[in-house]
Amino acid sequence: MNSVLIFSGAFLAASVEMVEALTIVLAVGVTRGWRASLVGVGVGLLALAVVVGALGPSLVTYVPLNALRVVIGSLLLVFGLQWLRKAIMRATGRKALHDEALIYQREVAELERDPIPEGFDWVAFTVSFKGIFLEGLEVAFIVLTFGANHGSYGLTLVAALAAAVIITSIGLLVRAPLSRVPENTIKFAVGLLLTSFGTFWTGEGVGVDWSLSDFTIPVLIGVFALASFLLLRLLRPSTTKPVTLPEVAAS
Amino acid sequence: MKYIRGFGFFWWDFIVGDSIVLAVGTVATILAAFLLAHSGVSPAAQVILPAAVLVTLAAALAKRWS
Repeated sequence: MNSVLIFSGAFLAASVEMVEALTIVLAVGVTRGWRASLVGVGVGLLALAVVVGALGPSLVTYVPLNALRVVIGSLLLVFGLQWLRKAIMRATGRKALHDEALIYQREVAELERDPIPEGFDWVAFTVSFKGIFLEGLEVAFIVLTFGANHGSYGLTLVAALAAAVIITSIGLLVRAPLSRVPENTIKFAVGLLLTSFGTFWTGEGVGVDWSLSDFTIPVLIGVFALASFLLLRLLRPSTTKPVTLPEVAAS
Repeated sequence: MKYIRGFGFFWWDFIVGDSIVLAVGTVATILAAFLLAHSGVSPAAQVILPAAVLVTLAAALAKRWS
């Protein structure tokens, strides 16, 4: 019975972390392209394997997880806020107050070229790498701490691998449908997700005690979504035709 | 030298982008959360932190700065 509980606990805890990593990789892949994003995943997994392989069970002692959370969380936070701000500005068409047609064309042209470069997309790589590396470290911590309590690491390792197979399969299934969602809508959603994850991780890193633990993340997503829609309504000019998120993306 | 400059530009673009208000606001938010979390009012940090993030976003969207 103890083994069932240990397996279930490790499986669920690892699944939560992997869903967080998957969310970031999917969001970046759909909006910025898959090549650099998947390279980021590969390099992240490699770096993770090196760190875990080198430190083994002493990982829990040597890796400053809170410092990593602050660094990675704050970068995700500032990046997520940038995307959210741009998505809101495009959706409200605020510059159209001066010369709607001209500036709308500029916005469309900007959407087409911004911000994905022709060469390797280092932004997509960096965000995917960080998401995989931090969440992977957390999964490693879960395997090690649950395993130490159980007396062996085999069972918790199998639980984490089972979670990885299931969560990766879900990611492959939802990738195609996500690619058909309008670009600015996706960017708005990605901005919300990165801002929420960034807020949560940064908070954990600096010592904020989230009373809902990991369940704080969906609450943050809800709060930020509501506030963003309020900002969108407030900033939308009343004298010009409202420009909705799907309209901007479809143009 | 070219690579160092390129590396520096990448991080400047990644962190600051086209809104320095967001970057400054984010740093101020993190500092405030840290101080609150280590003060006598630490439970307030879990409300103040998301609120400060929203204030930063609203400030970056304010017409005079965008």
